[in-house]
Amino acid sequence: MGGSFIDALRCVDLDIVPGEYVAIRGQSGSGKSTLMNIIGCLDRPTAGEYWLNGDRVSTMNDKQLARIRNLEIGFVFQTFNLLPRMSALANVEVPLIYSGRKRKHRFALASAALETVGLGDRMSHRPSEMSGGQRQRVAIARALVTNPSILLADEPTGNLDSNTGKEIMDLFDRLHDEGNTVIVVTHEQHIAKRASRVVRLSDGDVVSDTYMSES
Amino acid sequence: MLLGETVRISLTSIRSNLFRALLTMLGIVIGVGAVITMVALGTGAQRQIDKQMAALGGDILSIQSSSWFSRGVARNQRTLTTDDAAALSRGMKHVSAVVPEINSRYQIKYGNQNLNITTIGTTPNYPDVHGFNFAYGNMFSAADEAARKRVVVLGAEIPEMFDADPAALIGRTIQIRSITFEIIGVLEPKGGFGWRNPDDDVWIPLSTAQFRVTGDEFVETISAKIAPTSSTEMAMLEIERVLRREHGILPGNDNDFAIMDRRQFAESRQEATQVFTYLLAGIAGVSLVVGGIGIMNIMLVTVTERTREIGVRKALGATRGNILLQFLVESTILCLLGGLIGLLLGATASALLARYAGWQTAMSTGSALMAFGFSATVGIVFGIWPARRAAGLDPIEALRHE
Repeated sequence: MGGSFIDALRCVDLDIVPGEYVAIRGQSGSGKSTLMNIIGCLDRPTAGEYWLNGDRVSTMNDKQLARIRNLEIGFVFQTFNLLPRMSALANVEVPLIYSGRKRKHRFALASAALETVGLGDRMSHRPSEMSGGQRQRVAIARALVTNPSILLADEPTGNLDSNTGKEIMDLFDRLHDEGNTVIVVTHEQHIAKRASRVVRLSDGDVVSDTYMSES
Repeated sequence: MLLGETVRISLTSIRSNLFRALLTMLGIVIGVGAVITMVALGTGAQRQIDKQMAALGGDILSIQSSSWFSRGVARNQRTLTTDDAAALSRGMKHVSAVVPEINSRYQIKYGNQNLNITTIGTTPNYPDVHGFNFAYGNMFSAADEAARKRVVVLGAEIPEMFDADPAALIGRTIQIRSITFEIIGVLEPKGGFGWRNPDDDVWIPLSTAQFRVTGDEFVETISAKIAPTSSTEMAMLEIERVLRREHGILPGNDNDFAIMDRRQFAESRQEATQVFTYLLAGIAGVSLVVGGIGIMNIMLVTVTERTREIGVRKALGATRGNILLQFLVESTILCLLGGLIGLLLGATASALLARYAGWQTAMSTGSALMAFGFSATVGIVFGIWPARRAAGLDPIEALRHE
């Protein structure tokens, strides 16, 4: 629009293996959002390649990207992004609708996912009838319901108080322990500390990539 | 994704904003309602004409005096006579029956009541040729005619005009132009055609009318029944030839009479009605288009309002096609619901018009289906642009939208 193009990401060479718990850190403008969009298959890199589960995502068309997002990526947003007019259960069912599951299967999978995040008794509540922490749990259940390859969270505690934030991060820890690959984008130190690997970005470059020792 | 799911999502979103949905539909409701009502009115009018045509009988030609020019001045004079009628009933190949009529309005007196009524002097075959039936009594006979008897047959509405019981009138007398006539028959009602209602006429023998009432030999109309084995054209040619000979019209000169095919007249009236119906329905159709634009407007607003939702759905795996379908289905459902309400409205309006304004209306499945199909088309056509806009949104931008 302004006529000049800025490379949001430059030299990023990253391998993430299944089961990892990765935190991506960086100030605003560091390129972490762009990286997240590429990992989440919402965007394609203008140059370079992105491979997911042996598929070259960087050359896929819109329809293929939608399918990857549906089946392989579980998004958790800072602002929850639940659909306001629907119950928790209906919200969790949305990705299953797009993958063409039958209603009976959807109900079983969605209620199981809500049980996992501890909301088995809140299934018919609407987002407006729930607290922030509960909403984020619904969002996590929605992310989990297709059993994706990556659980991709963007500042998942950004809109929550510190206690609730801790509960949500405990939930991510548990999901990681159960074998899920978790990628958390954050600018907060104490969130990043929970991860087994921290990638720091600055001005579009990876400035550090540290594996934390189990403590 | 299943279409059923899309419909469910759309219904949820319509229900969550019901009042706005109703306002959005209003244009379609009015449009469909107007089209249905107009078509019902037009169809009703046509049915009425059809009925009249059936009552007319299609095989009668009507011969009348026509105006002609004499020294630059239009003359409007009676030229047909009882002799013409007699000539037409002799040795004709294409005409099977001839009925002359002498028409005049006279003061008719029954008891102490006085009415001005069209009195028709005619021959005994009149009811057969014109398809009248008798409620009471009989037509006068050829003998009555020959004897110039003072007998009269009443149209179906006459007894009521005199506040009399029709059955009791047979054998009673009335005065036509102060001449006493005996009532020998009352006809069954037949219904009017256009400007005339034959049910409030009375009939007397032709000779009686000619010699006792009018005193001249002219007749207003001669009706000629086309022979069953012949055609309208052949009958017209034969009548023209005979009358020209009778009137001594030289070759090259104009006829001083006119032969009319009443069925043709009715047909042209029917065509006019049809054109009028299409015109009215077309005007009503314009409001359907305006309604469609209203739908498009609201759908565009909806897309902007729900940008965030579209972003979320895309992040969760919705393809462009899914989003396109969702919004298209929503606008189509809005239009179909509007069409349904409009259909009910139109049906109610036509029923009310028939009941309270006395207009003939006829609802047809065809017009209902057409209006329904049309509103679905409006929904799809005017839904495409908003739906394409929704489908084309970039998920990253959409998610960032406040």
